[in-house]
Amino acid sequence: MSADKTRGPTRAKTGEETIAFTFDGTTYHARPGDTLAAALLANGVGLVGRSFKYHRPRGIMTAGIEEPNALVTVGKGGRAEPNTRATDLFVYPGMMVQSQNRWPSLAFDVAAIFGLAAPALGAGFYYKTFFGPAKHWLRYEAFIRRAAGLGNAPTEPDPDNFSQTAGFCDVLVVGSGPAGLKAALEAAEAGSRVMLVEQDAVPGGSLLRDPDPAIDPAAMVERIKALGGKVLLRTTASGYWDHNFLTLSQRLAEPGAVPPHGFAQRLWHVRAGRVVLATGLIERPVPFANNDHPGVMLSQAVRSYVRRWGVLPGQRVVIATNNDDAYLTAQALVEAGAEVVALLDARASGPAAPAGVTVYHDARPSSVTGRKHALRNVTAVIGGSEQSFDADLIAVSGGFVPVSHLHMQAGGKLTWNEEAQAFVPGETPQVCETIGSALHPPAAPAAAPAGKAKTSFVDFQNDVSLADIDLAWQEGYRSVEHLKRYTTLGMATDQGKTSNMTALSRLAEKQGVTVPQAGLTTFRPPYTPVTMGLLAGAGARNAGAHVRRIPLHDLHEAQEPIWQPLGYWFRPRAYPVDGEGLVAAALREAQTVRTVAGLSDVSTLGKFEVSGPDAAALLELVCATTVGKLAVGRGRYTFMLREDGFVFDDGTVWRLAENRYLLTSSTGGADRMAHHISYVRNSLRPDLKCSVVNVQEHYAGIALAGPGSRRILAALTGAEPPRHMGYAPGVLAGTPVHVLAASYSGERAFEIHVEATHAAEVWRAIEAATRAAGGAPYGLEAMELLRIEKGHVVVGGEVDGRSTPHDLGLGGMLNKAGGFIGAAGLTRPALSAPSRNNLVGLVSLEGPIPEGGMLIQRAGQSPQGHVTAAARRILEGGAIALALLEGGHKRHGEELIVTSPTRGEKARVRVTSPHFYDPAGERYRD
Amino acid sequence: MYQIACPHCGPRAQTEFTYERTTDSVVDPAADAHTAMHALYTRANPMGLDDEVWRHTYGCRAWMVLTRHRVTHEITAVKAIGPEALA
Repeated sequence: MSADKTRGPTRAKTGEETIAFTFDGTTYHARPGDTLAAALLANGVGLVGRSFKYHRPRGIMTAGIEEPNALVTVGKGGRAEPNTRATDLFVYPGMMVQSQNRWPSLAFDVAAIFGLAAPALGAGFYYKTFFGPAKHWLRYEAFIRRAAGLGNAPTEPDPDNFSQTAGFCDVLVVGSGPAGLKAALEAAEAGSRVMLVEQDAVPGGSLLRDPDPAIDPAAMVERIKALGGKVLLRTTASGYWDHNFLTLSQRLAEPGAVPPHGFAQRLWHVRAGRVVLATGLIERPVPFANNDHPGVMLSQAVRSYVRRWGVLPGQRVVIATNNDDAYLTAQALVEAGAEVVALLDARASGPAAPAGVTVYHDARPSSVTGRKHALRNVTAVIGGSEQSFDADLIAVSGGFVPVSHLHMQAGGKLTWNEEAQAFVPGETPQVCETIGSALHPPAAPAAAPAGKAKTSFVDFQNDVSLADIDLAWQEGYRSVEHLKRYTTLGMATDQGKTSNMTALSRLAEKQGVTVPQAGLTTFRPPYTPVTMGLLAGAGARNAGAHVRRIPLHDLHEAQEPIWQPLGYWFRPRAYPVDGEGLVAAALREAQTVRTVAGLSDVSTLGKFEVSGPDAAALLELVCATTVGKLAVGRGRYTFMLREDGFVFDDGTVWRLAENRYLLTSSTGGADRMAHHISYVRNSLRPDLKCSVVNVQEHYAGIALAGPGSRRILAALTGAEPPRHMGYAPGVLAGTPVHVLAASYSGERAFEIHVEATHAAEVWRAIEAATRAAGGAPYGLEAMELLRIEKGHVVVGGEVDGRSTPHDLGLGGMLNKAGGFIGAAGLTRPALSAPSRNNLVGLVSLEGPIPEGGMLIQRAGQSPQGHVTAAARRILEGGAIALALLEGGHKRHGEELIVTSPTRGEKARVRVTSPHFYDPAGERYRD
Repeated sequence: MYQIACPHCGPRAQTEFTYERTTDSVVDPAADAHTAMHALYTRANPMGLDDEVWRHTYGCRAWMVLTRHRVTHEITAVKAIGPEALA
């Protein structure tokens, strides 16, 4: 390209297409295809942000995704995207950009005073503050919290959508530089399904900076597409997972822009037959004093701005290098009409320089001084002496780092290339290869830094300098992992893309070992930052949590209940009338059940039909109680143990016919139980002759409970309902039903199970009859009051994964013959220790009992148990609770204190049996 | 994310499957307490191939044993288990 292509500030001229955008409120113009960085440089804006810790002025250092300095917030409201790299943001009409980490303005930042306090804020500053008295930390904390961080996350919801899609291909090529284009085209020509992924908006990679007349990226892309390949631009392969599974994040609109079809980004899940990584190189900066100043730029970035965008980032340029590549930058600058003041080559010799450029060998930059937007002066150590140059830009190249992130995420290994002072992708366990410059970085011998360590920055984003690395070493941090955590090196949003190798070589030097011996930190996905919305996809809104609707959902909804989420299910918690609150409604409903009758939806219970000659044998393995002795038409309460002997679920088991059983289990554990039974049947006992069918959603369940329930049901079915724990098939509202006479509430009660599609008719009939008798529907809250008063345990409450059958007072029901899962675990001595927490009841002597409160004997003593569920006597009133208490079975009658310091509540209680209501079960027996 | 060749459905994404346990931690219901606890809490965890019980939960729901390399995650064998797989 020639000098006439370079631009001054872009102004809207007649006939020239420009794009207007704002930066910190000032309107600027860009050309189509400009990144924000290119547009700002074209407009003479060199100061773009303030650094994270010391608030030092920062400019644009790179031309790619590795940019550590020029981070901005783009867009407004919920669409705002903080910490967006100015080099990875293509200007669009109306784009609004704000600089970050400055107050009150970018040019005058009050917190820049931190820069003066830099000696106190060095490596490990946070850790050190913790060592002082606590009050010191409290004083620092507010100050640190205000000062820390870069951009602010938006507080409003993101108005855009994010989509997720799956992709499959024979060959996935990452990177559209010369190597990637060639590989993709060859694969496509060989008949493979090809995907080519490029994070830039245009294909070409390094060709955009160093054009090759023999390679036409656009034409090659067209050819690949014509052969059926897919080319995704503005798409980053951000994660490489197992079995050649990659995640790609695709920008459908620029950050902060209103997306054309409502979708801002798309996440691709790609399973690739073979992966080709043509990811290229990232240039290494050079450490010297004030090397973070605006006007210090990577050499290849300078070349990109000159050649790709026609922007001259400086007029009087010093180039500092340890390799041949920077000579191309000199050439580009000279061609563009800039003055190359000096080319400092750290090596003793180098290639021929362009005419008019003075090359200094054995020359390294030691410091720069500058103004806000550019440099003023560069000082270098040449041979043994110092020399200064007037310059407004220094283009630096400290060598090259192969982009091996994806290779490493794939589980690959690195090999050390001494000549290039770089780690190069080696073996990989996946079907994957790296090609191109990432495999063959140019030679770049190590050069010792020449400037003061304190302001020779390594990690620009986290303000880590060579002095911080030295300090960490001095304080005993030897491993690279410790160095990283102590100094926060490489932990910023750029994940150390420009800093890790510089830091590593400093550490190796300190340790007196070679760089590969010093080790490397782990490469983790994502390669570049990914927005949360992209990962959530459609789940960013309510779709994230599934809603499982019970068959009678709409029918309940018509009664405007208070809904209770229960796992993915929603169940009515109470049906308030006349403006009742939850507590009043639940109490009324429970009282109705105790005195008349109520009906409730129990459809979410786990339900399994087990049939076949070995059905009982399977159930006796799963259930800890006997099953085989049940007569046909009878059922019983049962519970299931984990293999270690603890109770994990409970329910009922019914013998419907000779070789056919129905097992019910708790709502919350239903999915877990389904998995467990399937495991037992298929993995443990595939030899049994039986079949297990999960009928949870096949049947809707309706509980009808109360002293009037028997009469109501008899009238509805025209048959005498079964006696307690009996089963009978029946017909209700013209629909076949299963009637199970089980009581959870403590009253005479029935569970009516009906095929889900016919549930509404059955519910309506039962509800009408119940209401006619003076009853009402009841929700989960009333059910809770009823079961607590009755002393029935609930999975997730008293069954908390730490209770044994004995703890819960269920020991007497265990199958004496053993043979069930958990029988062996249960024999361990600790599971029958007398000090175990046992289920007890609590009656309040003074004050309401706080749920979750701790049980203590006297103030100041250690807790001896806790309240699992608190309630009140339904008809009589008075606070009661269920609790797990150390040695509780033998402590009935004892007086204790329940305390909940977090709620500031306390009660005096007496320990009782957990069965407060009808302990003999006379109310439901004939 | 692994790709698992379900013996009934062919290659499917790992998200369709659930991991149950290694075969060496399968507890024989007839085992005594010591043996059962040993199986539950002491695993061979080899740095190499191991056998694991998986289920194609969000697919055909069938059970299988995978032979998986614990370092490279390579799956070298998949064997159907369950009543239908009994010879």
